[in-house]
Amino acid sequence: MTRNEDILDVHILAGKQKYFPMWSKQKEWVREIDEGKRHPSLLLLEHEHVYTFGRSGRDEHLLISREQCRQKGIELAEIDRGGDITYHGPGQLVGYPLIGLKKWKNDAHLYLRKLEETLIGTLAQFGIDAGRKPPYTGVWVEDEKIAAIGVKFNRGRLSKTFITSHGFALNVNTDLTMFEYIIPCGIREYGVTSMEKLLGKNIEMRKVIKAYIDQFVNEFQCEVHAYHS
Amino acid sequence: MATKVTMPQLGESVTEGTINQWLVKEGDFVRKYDTLCEVTTDKVNAEVPSAYEGTITEIIAREGETVEVGGFICSIAEAGVEDQPSNHQPSNHQANGSVEETETRQNKDVPKAENMKKRYSPAVLKLAREHEIDLERVQGTGRGGRITRKDLLRLIESGAVPKKEPLPIQEDHPASNASHPSTGTHHATARDDRPQTETPSQTRGAQFKQAVFAPSAIDSEKMPSLSDEDELVSVSNVRKAIAQRMVKSKQEIPHAWTMVEVDATNLVQYRDKIKDTFKRKEGISLTFLPFFIKAVVEALKEYPPMNAQWAGDQIVLKKAINISVAVATEEALYVPVIHQADRKSIAGLAHAVNDLVHRTKTGRLRQEDVQGGTFTVNNTGTFGSVLSEPVINHPQAAIISVEKIVQRPVIIDGMIAVRHMVNLCLSFDHRILDGLIVLRFLDSVKRKVETFGEGTGLY
Repeated sequence: MTRNEDILDVHILAGKQKYFPMWSKQKEWVREIDEGKRHPSLLLLEHEHVYTFGRSGRDEHLLISREQCRQKGIELAEIDRGGDITYHGPGQLVGYPLIGLKKWKNDAHLYLRKLEETLIGTLAQFGIDAGRKPPYTGVWVEDEKIAAIGVKFNRGRLSKTFITSHGFALNVNTDLTMFEYIIPCGIREYGVTSMEKLLGKNIEMRKVIKAYIDQFVNEFQCEVHAYHS
Repeated sequence: MATKVTMPQLGESVTEGTINQWLVKEGDFVRKYDTLCEVTTDKVNAEVPSAYEGTITEIIAREGETVEVGGFICSIAEAGVEDQPSNHQPSNHQANGSVEETETRQNKDVPKAENMKKRYSPAVLKLAREHEIDLERVQGTGRGGRITRKDLLRLIESGAVPKKEPLPIQEDHPASNASHPSTGTHHATARDDRPQTETPSQTRGAQFKQAVFAPSAIDSEKMPSLSDEDELVSVSNVRKAIAQRMVKSKQEIPHAWTMVEVDATNLVQYRDKIKDTFKRKEGISLTFLPFFIKAVVEALKEYPPMNAQWAGDQIVLKKAINISVAVATEEALYVPVIHQADRKSIAGLAHAVNDLVHRTKTGRLRQEDVQGGTFTVNNTGTFGSVLSEPVINHPQAAIISVEKIVQRPVIIDGMIAVRHMVNLCLSFDHRILDGLIVLRFLDSVKRKVETFGEGTGLY
């Protein structure tokens, strides 16, 4: 297989994914992409209930006990992305772009801004006027966060560039009460929202995924080589 | 000999990173490209690979430590290498380094990456400077209308370059003379000398101009000659960051300035009366600053355009009132932020200030402590200043400085009285604000400060 930065495989995973197997999959795929055995990929999926702690995650930002989490069927995961605590679960579109960053100068801020741009563009397709809220990363509608971002740059051994993993979580029809048990991203003063809440109706995930892929391809200037779903 | 590994630069606007986790320990043997550690900056967690094969001799930066880009994080004794230069910095000793050399370095240091909206990339700035292009008049084809290097190259090739108006003020900028006292006498005659383009003061003027237009080139500005007594001090990354931000503010924002005199007599008496009780009860000293912040915050609520940002074709009125407070250390100036200051009482503000000052001085500021400010209060009076002209904390709309409270004779009702007076100085972004609203705002702050006194609630 030839190494081509501009090619993208899109993987849409059906059903609700458990967190840890997906994390392993990301790590495995990053290695394969580095070795040129796999095209750069974009994974789009929904998770089962999970609270993940990023590298700057603090335990005090989880407001209920670990025992209570277990009772509610919420998994806890301490993982290797940047950022603080967040929630993933049904109704939320999670995207894991696994791409080489050489084309984007291995620039952390540039990548974050571009990821935000894909989400802002997607939301615009649904008539939602979303934007950034410096200094916070993520995508916001007014003072409420609609999409969270936390990424990892994996140093490719062979490709000698950063390969990204982790990514974003866009609240489509997310059960927002799940955020009440945490201080999302450690930001106390602002709330969270979802497309469903803003538009007053359930949004078809399929349509959001379609719109997102278009935005991603446009923003990262790549071509979809194959869809897997 | 050990080679030192430095904190990598994860993009041009990234100035530091925090060591998350070491994946190696002292004594470990690493191969080239093995991951040494993970570094976090903002929401990115990045692996740092080894550029060498060898043995880790020393871990310099501990987990949790934040290190500036280029700062040493560990040492590796390279396998099979006897002697190795300890870093890759180009030599800085050539005081007479030619312009060409400077340019080459710049080229290497400055990534050609396109930048965020309304910011020109260093490559674009450099081209614009070289060809005197007025960027305001260039149509960008990049995302969101950004001007790319290609846009400029195309223009230069076509010959239809929108020229910058000459900026005479930069030809003989006082600063370039001030830093070279020996040429001070040239100052008055510089304009007349202009046809003789080789006068020393003008050469330096041109260098100064270059530094102003390319913030990233600040470190390459070189003195033309050094005498034996002169000392070269290297510029720390914090200093560089401050320099860049100051230049950016002064370069982008048309500063205007004004000042009001405020009678703080009642406040002084009130604070004198309650300060001991406050100290006993709260465990911290009650300074004047929280009172002034309170007055500013209340006035900001009345005048939202004061709590705003310029965004090209729009003005962003910030809903949150987050007050940046200037805190000086021996080495640098920080502006940590009191978030949602409008929700805090005077006592609450006193604690917030105390906390931020403490954390600044002990180097424990967190990222969120220095971000999100919407208006700055500068406490210049602490150092005895009675008049200052603060530089706006970009991208905010204004900055106020509270000067020293001094006793002065004042005329009240036709009689001379001795009062505790304080000057409040304000610099503002004249794109967003005009004098009218600014003075109404200042008048509101003044009235609030003047009503502080007996009966003012602290909680």
